[in-house]
Amino acid sequence: MTAVLKHELKSYFHSFTAYVFGAFLLAIVGFGAMLYNLEAAVSNFEYVLSFGSIVFVVIVPILTMRVIAEERRQKTDQLLYSLPLTTTQVVLGKFAALLVVFLIPLAVISLYPLIFSRFGDVYLPTSYGSLAAVFLMGAALLAVGTFLSSLTENQGLAAGVTIAVILFNYYSVSLSEYVSSTAIGTVIALAALVFALGALIRYLTRNELLAYGVCLVLTGIICVIGFVDSAMFEGLLPAIMRQLSLFERLNTFVSGVFDLSAVVYDLSVTAFFLFLSVQSLEKRRYN
Amino acid sequence: MISVSHLTKYYGDFLAVDDLSFSIDEGHVYGFLGPNGAGKTTTMNILTGCLSATSGSVTIGGFDIFTEAIPAKRLIGYLPEQPPLYLNETPEEYLRFVGEAKGLKGETLDRQIEQVIEQVKIQQVRGQRISSLSKGYRQRVGIAQALLGDPKVIILDEPTVGLDPLQIIEIRDLIRQLGQTHTVIFSSHILSEVQAICDKILIIAHGRLIAFDEPAALEKSLLADSSIAFTTEATAAQVQQLLSGMEEITGLELHETGNGLVSAQCTTDSRDIYAVSRRLFFAFAGSGKALLELKLQKASLEDIFIELTESSDPASQAENTTAEGEEEQNDSRTQA
Repeated sequence: MTAVLKHELKSYFHSFTAYVFGAFLLAIVGFGAMLYNLEAAVSNFEYVLSFGSIVFVVIVPILTMRVIAEERRQKTDQLLYSLPLTTTQVVLGKFAALLVVFLIPLAVISLYPLIFSRFGDVYLPTSYGSLAAVFLMGAALLAVGTFLSSLTENQGLAAGVTIAVILFNYYSVSLSEYVSSTAIGTVIALAALVFALGALIRYLTRNELLAYGVCLVLTGIICVIGFVDSAMFEGLLPAIMRQLSLFERLNTFVSGVFDLSAVVYDLSVTAFFLFLSVQSLEKRRYN
Repeated sequence: MISVSHLTKYYGDFLAVDDLSFSIDEGHVYGFLGPNGAGKTTTMNILTGCLSATSGSVTIGGFDIFTEAIPAKRLIGYLPEQPPLYLNETPEEYLRFVGEAKGLKGETLDRQIEQVIEQVKIQQVRGQRISSLSKGYRQRVGIAQALLGDPKVIILDEPTVGLDPLQIIEIRDLIRQLGQTHTVIFSSHILSEVQAICDKILIIAHGRLIAFDEPAALEKSLLADSSIAFTTEATAAQVQQLLSGMEEITGLELHETGNGLVSAQCTTDSRDIYAVSRRLFFAFAGSGKALLELKLQKASLEDIFIELTESSDPASQAENTTAEGEEEQNDSRTQA
């Protein structure tokens, strides 16, 4: 794992990616700090983090688009398969390298509240709590990007899909106000989700029976619940969209609550998508 | 060292490897020979743990490649068909990564990197980016990668494809050299190459193993007939009469050449072609007719290869002539 980590880090710092990533993150946080903390003289550094979180839409794909797609295109994935490493070690090594690249600008940012506290009253626990939340959320987004990169050998496609997914996640709370909150709307949305899940299962396992089975069972459950107690579905879709939002959970920290459930959610998303990345790589062995 | 039993691999409905079983001892160079699409790469990918099998088992030095992948993979160095290189690195950086991934550290790592760089002769380009290297050098970097960690088995998939004749000779020498200290398995669809370097040959066609022996033994077990061509001043009728008593001659074709001579082409299934030509010579000498020309055509490994690979699939009989033509072309190119 350390071999993969070292190798990945070297390639990030040999190319521009690590610098572009860091520069973007520092630029937007610096800009935010200037607007809020310097111009408006607000002492809450966490507002800056909330304001700057949109930058992840752009910088996460910069880092993750090549992480596995490039290996495939260059056929170096064959080397990884033949080396005495497990797929889990490869994925974890790559992810650890992403975290290191992410932590470097965060370390710089972590100095800002300390600097500001010399000139005024800064409530540090909220600042650093929010910074930790930014790290966890970023880690989850990087895991999502890693998985999307493992699905294709086309970096551009991986980047595009990652941008779309993160953007959707960013706006899902605002969008949730516009989607139908009726029971039937929820049923349709859930059915669509179930089919997406089925497609994913089919892609990863190549087992059509399993995919169709899962689809049928879940659709059945949805229909049964829909008939028995349709009130349960009222307003469920907007609620789900709010729940799925990684960015919304950051805002809980920004408003001064150290939300453990958010920590668990971020960690679960990270673990889930890393698991999927491993499966996606393993799948190539079983085609 | 390697034992493969009842290995089968389907890609969807396509049967790529069909109930393959063989075992390979330590030492020696093994040639994996077969026409394109015979299942060579698939088999090698399975042997090295890059691909799963539909059924069957593979053990490397006693370790099952599917269930004890890590210790099994430590025994193998693999060069896939397309060398898996990180193009924006230098050979040295690249080898360092592979060495570390194979678990080498510190001084051992440094020493082994130096050793393989010297072995495959890439000293001059060790600091250049791989993207700027020629195909031959890239191939060597790929081989160097396989050699790191001093694996017992080295598996090379078509290591000479796309190289110029001089590079091919160099790579062959390298393989021969490696064969003295390692078990080397390499695949090729070029027969003369396999014949030149290998101690043992595995011929595979349509996913099945159809022959596994030493080159000389394969040639000796002549499945294809040898033939003798001669020109004589005897008439066609006389030739037929003289040869009618020789039961080892299985076929005869005669042409009148126009200047009163007859040229003949006869085939024999005899193991000892010289004995046949000797009888032929004295038969004509005894009857007072001179043999003006006598040419022996021993069945080559090439003929055996073509016969074996073609006859294993009746459906492809029709393509015989084109396949043969291609094979010859390939061959003359590499021998040049």
